[in-house]
Amino acid sequence: MNNIKKLTSKALFLPIFCMLLVMAANIIYDAANGNFALNFFTISVRNGVLYGRLIDILNRGSEIAILSIGMTLVVSSSAGTDISVGSVMSLAASFCCMLLAGYGTAATTELAVPLLVGVLGGILLACVCGAFNGFLVAYLNVQPMVATLILFSAARAIGLLCCNNLIVYVRNDSFKMFGGYLGFIPTPIVIAAGCILVMAILLKKTALGLYIQSVGINKKASRIAGLNSGKIIFLCYIVCGLMAGIAGIVASSRISSADSNNIGLNYELDAILAVALGGNSLGGGKFNLAGSVIGAYTIQAITTTLFALGVSSDQAPVYKAIIVIIIVAIQAPPFNAWVKRLSAKRALAKGGV
Amino acid sequence: MKKIKINSNTLLLLITIALFVVMYAVGCILYSDKGFTNLQTFLNLLINNAGLLCVACGMTCVMLTGGIDISVGSLIALDCMLLAVGMERWNQNPILLCILVLAVGVVFGLVQGFCVGYLKIQPFIVTMAGMFFARGMTAVICTDQVSISNKFFVSLAQMKISIPFGAVTNRRGVLQIPFIRITVVIALVVLVLVFLMLRYTKFGRSLYAVGGNESSAVMMGLDVKRTKLKAYVLSSFLCSIGGICFCLNTMSGNVQQAKGLEMDAIASAVIGGTLLTGGVGNVIGSFFGVLINGTISTLVKTNGKLLSSWSSIAVAALLCFFIVLQSVFAKIKDSKK
Repeated sequence: MNNIKKLTSKALFLPIFCMLLVMAANIIYDAANGNFALNFFTISVRNGVLYGRLIDILNRGSEIAILSIGMTLVVSSSAGTDISVGSVMSLAASFCCMLLAGYGTAATTELAVPLLVGVLGGILLACVCGAFNGFLVAYLNVQPMVATLILFSAARAIGLLCCNNLIVYVRNDSFKMFGGYLGFIPTPIVIAAGCILVMAILLKKTALGLYIQSVGINKKASRIAGLNSGKIIFLCYIVCGLMAGIAGIVASSRISSADSNNIGLNYELDAILAVALGGNSLGGGKFNLAGSVIGAYTIQAITTTLFALGVSSDQAPVYKAIIVIIIVAIQAPPFNAWVKRLSAKRALAKGGV
Repeated sequence: MKKIKINSNTLLLLITIALFVVMYAVGCILYSDKGFTNLQTFLNLLINNAGLLCVACGMTCVMLTGGIDISVGSLIALDCMLLAVGMERWNQNPILLCILVLAVGVVFGLVQGFCVGYLKIQPFIVTMAGMFFARGMTAVICTDQVSISNKFFVSLAQMKISIPFGAVTNRRGVLQIPFIRITVVIALVVLVLVFLMLRYTKFGRSLYAVGGNESSAVMMGLDVKRTKLKAYVLSSFLCSIGGICFCLNTMSGNVQQAKGLEMDAIASAVIGGTLLTGGVGNVIGSFFGVLINGTISTLVKTNGKLLSSWSSIAVAALLCFFIVLQSVFAKIKDSKK
């Protein structure tokens, strides 16, 4: 009993447990269908690139993993979530493709501007979006979700304006690379790993991580202790925008086009779910980056499994929404108090006998 | 000091009404040749936004408690899909379906309200999950666009209620009598009822109390959890009424329907002077917020050359403007203390 308690109180218990659950579900599903039971784990090299379901999950989950980094910081520092990330992704993709193709062009194979200009332009615009959110939250004290709600609906619309209501195709190999393959490894995996590594080092090796947590736990006390709370929250939102921008470029490069209406659709839910699944409290304060990242890949594994079970992409949010509510309800203080009361009662009953 | 406090709240409402008048006047001047000055254009504003008006009333009640409900747009899509599929595929009675839709709204509100009130989860998270859940359920029911051809429902939707004044003869010399649809009547009844409820009932006053200061509401002996639960039930219920109105307007069910409506509803309430922190606001302001919303999209449509995304950008910009205005007022109030 004690061992179980020790295990469940570990920070990474929830995400790893969920991941194992999904894997088990996959093994059972494969076995039930008469396939090789460990199909899920087999990795092979086909056509010179890595191939397998795990690789696919790592590859497709890159965007969510990248987003979840920014989201973790935002949740931790401001006790609110950024629901504009999906739209900002779409905006970054649209703006990047508009720069690369030239305004009003629907399809191009020749780049109008150097690749770097387009990509950096998209990412920069996403940072500006993040700064806008951050300004509203940090300096005007607007509730995070209301502040980000503005861009949640406006960013997609601005993206449509950038593309003149068209789906802009950029069929250029150098642009396709971000969503393609680097050698035999899918590039998105490399990009996600890079983002995670840089942020992890930044948060562990500098005091930034500590500052963010302290602002999240108590904004006023941190200010009195000499931290510039507003600046730190502002910074977190910019990082979130930056991550959304990178994710947007990857997503758009995957389909080598800017589909403003569909890029990043429902990703805000996935990113928030990843953070919650990672064992982070949505009420702010302490955070665990590794948990969020594992959570992100777990979400992707769930999505892939759902698709394998024949659930369409429109219907998948139903299950995810239920998971979010269950996780958040388990974390809720009144629920914990109820569980404690229940176990105390049971202990009392045992003692009485 | 007290004077300023009253002023800043009524000032927001006055700004809103002035903004609406100015916007409509600009529309009248710019597009007078396109019939913007007709009474019917104004009535169309009401007809097109009847559903939004119901939703905005519910949203105002939730926002008074300091919460928010972003599930409304998806809930409307779910309602419309239920109505459409129910009538066309399952061949059910429209009235029965309307009752079902209202019941769905109440259940939806109960679950959300329980999570917010009793489990103390942030309203955003709960209603965001609700938003994705409802949109997903819409897709589970049916992924196609379903048009409604039920006779009773069509006749209900096409019923014209004539207005005895303001008739004009058009270019062909035919007398056009201005009219409203049944949805407008429903919406206005909802508006008046909610207005009276907020002003004169115990529940209405307790909404303000909970939003104004939760701990003092508890000390006053109010059941805060229950009030919050009721607020969310009311919001989802009104949203379902709005969904029926919306369906009467569009006569179809579609997964992508009413996308971004939550934004319009929140914007309407905020523009109408409801504070995001709760405790201040009323539905009359939200009514003008809805009208401003409608005027923006009518202006964009009447122009004809602008992309439709401009209207959502304009609404977002307005929302942003009013949020900033609110926080500036709040800062001034703080510094006066």
